[in-house]
Amino acid sequence: MTLLKPLRGLLPLAAVLLTGCNTVVMNPSGDIASQQAHLIVVSTLLMLLIIVPVIVLTLVFAWRYRQSNKAAAYEPDWDHSTQLELVIWGAPLLIIIALGLLTWISTHTLDPYRPLHRLDAQREMPSDIKPLTVEVVALDWKWLFIYPEQGIATVNELAAPVDVPIQFKITASTVMNSFYIPALAGQIYAMPGMQTQLHAVINQAGEFEGFSANYSGAGFSGMRFKFHGLSGADFEKWVQTNKNAGSTLGRAEYLKLEQPSERDPVQRFASVAPDLYNAILNRCVDSSKMCMNEMMAIDAAGGMGTNNFSVATRGEAQGWKQRGARYVKAELCTPNDRSNLDGATTAPTGL
Amino acid sequence: MLEHLDLTKLIFGRLSWDAIPFHEPILLGTFIMVALGGLTVLALLTKFRLWGPLWRDWITSIDHKRIGIMYMILGVVMLLRGFADALMMRAQQALSFGDATGFLPPHHYDQVFTAHGVIMIFFVAMPFVTGLMNYIVPMQIGARDVSFPFLNNFSFWMTTFGAVLVMASLFVGEFARTGWLAYPPLSGILGSPDVGVDYYIWSLQIAGVGTLLSGVNLIATIVKMRAPGMTLMKMPVFTWTALCTNVLIVAAFPVLTAVLALLSLDRYVGTNFFSNDLGGNAMMYVNLIWIWGHPEVYILVLPCFGVYSEIVSTFCGKRLFGYTSMVYATVVITILSYLVWLHHFFTMGSGASVNSFFGITTMIISIPTGAKIFNWLFTMYKGRIRFEVPMLWTIGFMVTFVIGGMTGVLLAVPPADFVLHNSLFLIAHFHNVIIGGVVFAVFAAINFWFPKAFGYKLDSFWGKCSFWFWLVGFYLAFMPLYVLGLMGVTRRLSHFEDPSLQIWFQVAALGAVLIALGIGSFIIQLVVSYLRRDQLRDTTGDPWNARTLEWSTSSPPPDYNFAFTPVVHDNDAWADMKKNGYQRPQQGFVAIHMPKNTAAGFVIAALSAAMAFGLIWQMWLLAGLGFVATLVAIIVHTFNYKRDYYIPADEVVRVEAARTRQLATAHV
Repeated sequence: MTLLKPLRGLLPLAAVLLTGCNTVVMNPSGDIASQQAHLIVVSTLLMLLIIVPVIVLTLVFAWRYRQSNKAAAYEPDWDHSTQLELVIWGAPLLIIIALGLLTWISTHTLDPYRPLHRLDAQREMPSDIKPLTVEVVALDWKWLFIYPEQGIATVNELAAPVDVPIQFKITASTVMNSFYIPALAGQIYAMPGMQTQLHAVINQAGEFEGFSANYSGAGFSGMRFKFHGLSGADFEKWVQTNKNAGSTLGRAEYLKLEQPSERDPVQRFASVAPDLYNAILNRCVDSSKMCMNEMMAIDAAGGMGTNNFSVATRGEAQGWKQRGARYVKAELCTPNDRSNLDGATTAPTGL
Repeated sequence: MLEHLDLTKLIFGRLSWDAIPFHEPILLGTFIMVALGGLTVLALLTKFRLWGPLWRDWITSIDHKRIGIMYMILGVVMLLRGFADALMMRAQQALSFGDATGFLPPHHYDQVFTAHGVIMIFFVAMPFVTGLMNYIVPMQIGARDVSFPFLNNFSFWMTTFGAVLVMASLFVGEFARTGWLAYPPLSGILGSPDVGVDYYIWSLQIAGVGTLLSGVNLIATIVKMRAPGMTLMKMPVFTWTALCTNVLIVAAFPVLTAVLALLSLDRYVGTNFFSNDLGGNAMMYVNLIWIWGHPEVYILVLPCFGVYSEIVSTFCGKRLFGYTSMVYATVVITILSYLVWLHHFFTMGSGASVNSFFGITTMIISIPTGAKIFNWLFTMYKGRIRFEVPMLWTIGFMVTFVIGGMTGVLLAVPPADFVLHNSLFLIAHFHNVIIGGVVFAVFAAINFWFPKAFGYKLDSFWGKCSFWFWLVGFYLAFMPLYVLGLMGVTRRLSHFEDPSLQIWFQVAALGAVLIALGIGSFIIQLVVSYLRRDQLRDTTGDPWNARTLEWSTSSPPPDYNFAFTPVVHDNDAWADMKKNGYQRPQQGFVAIHMPKNTAAGFVIAALSAAMAFGLIWQMWLLAGLGFVATLVAIIVHTFNYKRDYYIPADEVVRVEAARTRQLATAHV
C-alpha cells in the first residue's frame, strides 16, 4: 500500500463523490467491508489516472482535427512512432503492475477463509477473544442460521455481538445462493453439498440488510433477512429470547422447514439437533440416505465395485425436489461397517 | 409390448393445450400481434409474387453477401424481441415497490430476463457479428465467396432455426427460468422439470452448430483465399479481428456443446454430472460454461474493434496508427481470453492464490485493449475528421467503452468483486462494454457498409437521431445501475422493499425509453433512406473515400465481387491503388466459376429444428423421424453434383460495361 501514498490525499474527495447517496457498499459498518470499499476507491483512482486523459484526449482530438479546422496539421501517412508505442503499452502496463500488486496482497488479506487479525483499522484482535460460529443454510427461499455454541437456531434473522469475530460456515439445501450482508462483508456462494466460509466482524450496533445475491428461483426476491449488530449484553438477551421460544429443530422439523416457501416470518428454535448442520451439508438429513462424507470415504478407499453397488443400492427419495432422484441407501454400508462390502478391493485404513 | 404403447404420448409427448398461454394476457396480445404481422407479410409476399424470388435469391442463396444481409436482418428482428424484454424488465423494476407487485409475476419475469440474455447474446450480437464478417471479409481479401459456400448457407439457417425455437417457446410452453447461463442445480431436472430449460438447451445446440461451422468456414476463407500479395501483415485489421474471433469460436463453442450435452444427459437419462447427489458437481458446470463464456465476450467484441479500426482510418483520412501493435494486441487478447474465466465466480470460494491469478490475468487483458484505444486516438491525431454517422458511433464508443473497461478491471479485483458480484453494478458494467463496444459498432458498421450492400447511403439525419438517443439513453439507463450496485442491490429481483431505490429505477426506465426511440429512429432511417434512395445513390462504389478492397468494386457488388482478382501491395490496398492511379481493367474478361444455390441448408436446418422440437416436448416419434430425416437429407445432399456454374464471359463484359458507364456519370 506504500506505493499509493501520493494518492491518499485524493481519497476523501473520491469518498465524498461515491458516498453522496446512501451507498451501503461504500459506507459499511464492518471492518472487512470497509477494507473492500477502500480497495474500490484506491483501484478506481489508479485507473482514472489513465481513463481521464483518454476521454479528454478523445474529445480534444475529435474537436481539434475536425475537417473544417484547416489550421490543424494533417499528416495522412503518419502511422508509426516508436516513442508513442512505448508510452501506449508502457503506461497501462505500469498501472496494471501497481493494481496487480494491490490485487495479490488484498486478495490474500481479505480472503474470506482467513481468520481475522484485527477488529478494525485501529484495534488489533484481542488474544483472548472467542469467535462466534454461525452455520448458515440457504433454503428455498429463506435462511436458516444455526448457532452451535448457543444451541439455538433462527430463520430469517441473524444477530451477532459487536466487535466479536464471526465465523460463518455456509451451505444450501437444493440450489445455489449467495450469502451477502453488504454492511458486514463481501458475499460468498452457498452451495448444496459443499461448505464455504466467511470471516467477518461488525463494528457498529444496528440493523442491517442481508439477502441472497444469486438468483435461485421463484421466491428469490423475498429471500431477505435482518442482521442485528448487538452489544454483548443485548446479544445475550437475544439468545435468551430464542431459548424461550420453546420449539426444537430436529431432523423431522428440518425436513418440513426445507419445503419451499416465500417471505417467511422470523422463526426461533430453542434447541437444535447437534448433528443437523453436518447432516444438511452431507445431504443425509433423511437418515435413510448415505451421507456424502461416508460415500466419499468409501470411494477414497477404492470404492466397492459395481456388483455391490448395483444390488439394491438405490432408493427413491421423497423430499421436495428429490422425488424420483436416486440416492445411495444408508444401510448399505458405512466406512465403519464393512459387512456389506464383499467385493471391496482394498482395505481402508485410518477411517 | 405394443399394447402398452400410448399413441397420444408418443406423438404429442408432454405437449397439451395447457402449454398454450391462453391465460397470459401479455403473451396472448403479443401472439395476436405477431400472427397479424406474419399474415400481413405472407399476404404481401403473395400479392407482389415475391415467393419465387425470396426462395431463389435469398433462402437458397449461397452468396456470402446475401447471407451476410440475412444475418443482419435476423439480428434486427431479434433485437426488437430482446429489447421488448428489456423494456418489460425496466418497467417491472420501476413499478414493483412495497405493496405494488408490478405486472409480471416471478414465473413470467424470470423467463423474461433469461430470454433477454440468451436472445441478446446468441441471436442478436452473434448474428450481427457473423453477418458483418460474412459480408465484409471475402471482399476485403479480394475473394469471390467464402471457402465453403453451402456450409455458409447451412450455418445461417441453423442459427435462424435456433432463434425460431426460442421464439416458439413464447407461445408453446415456456422458456427457462434460470438466468441466461442456466446454472445447475436450478437448471437440473429437479429444479426445472418443465420444458423451459430444454428449449434453452436445444435452441443453443442447433444455433451452436451453425456458429461453429461458420467459424471453420471463415478461418479457411481467410487463410486460403486472400488475394495475391496480401500477406498476413497486409491484411485489413477487420479481417485480422475476424480471423482471431473465428479461432476463438472454433476453440470455444465445442465446450458449450459439450457442457449442454452433459446437462441434457442429466435431464433426460438421469446421469449425475451436475446434480447434488451421487457425486455430481454443479461447480464443474459453472467452470465449463465460463470456459466458453469468457471467450464468447471476445468473440463478440473483437470484430467490433476491427469495425472501429476501419472507420477511424477512413473518416480521419489517415493510415491506421500502429497497425502492427494493433494486430499483436488482437492476438494477445485472443490468447489471454482463455485464461480469465474464473473471474466470473470469485465468490465460489477458490483460494486466494487462484483468485489472484485470474484477477491479474484479467487485468493484463486491459493492456492490449488500452493499446488499441490509444491507436485509434493517435489515428485521429493529425487527421481530417469527418463526423459522418459511423464516426459519431466510434467516438461515442471510445468514451463509453473506457468507462466500462475501468469498471471491468475493478470487478477483476477479487475483494472488490465480493461486494459487487451479481449486483446491478455488474449489470451496468457488462452493458457498458457490450452496448458501448458491440452495439455501437454494429450501428457504425451498418451505416458504414450499407451503401456498399445496397447502392445508396443511409439518411444521416435519422442516423444522428438514432445515435444521440442511444448514447443519452444508454447513460440514463445504466449509470443509475452503477449507483444501485453500490447501494447493494442485486440483479434479477422482481420486487423491492426499500422505496428510496425507486427513483433510480425510474431514471433507468426513462433511459430505456430513449433507447427505444434510438431503435425507432434506426427503423425510420431504413425506411426514409429507401424512399430517398435516388438522392442518396452511390454510383462510385466508394462513397466514403475508404481504404480497403471492398470499396474498389461497385455498390452493390456484382455476384462475383471482382472481375479480376486484385493484387495487393499495401495494407490499405484500395487507398494504395487510388494513390498510384489504378485503372479498372476494361477488357480481357473471362467466364467466372461460381457456386450454385441449393435448398439443402434450409431443409437440413428445418429438419434438425423439428427433431429438437420433438426432443424438447419428448415427442419421441417426431424426434426419431426428425433425426432420420436430417441424416437422409445430409446424405442426399452429398449426391448433389450440380454445385457450380460459370458466369459467361459476355455476362461479365455486360456487367462491367454498365459499371464503366456508371463511373463515368459519377465523375462528371
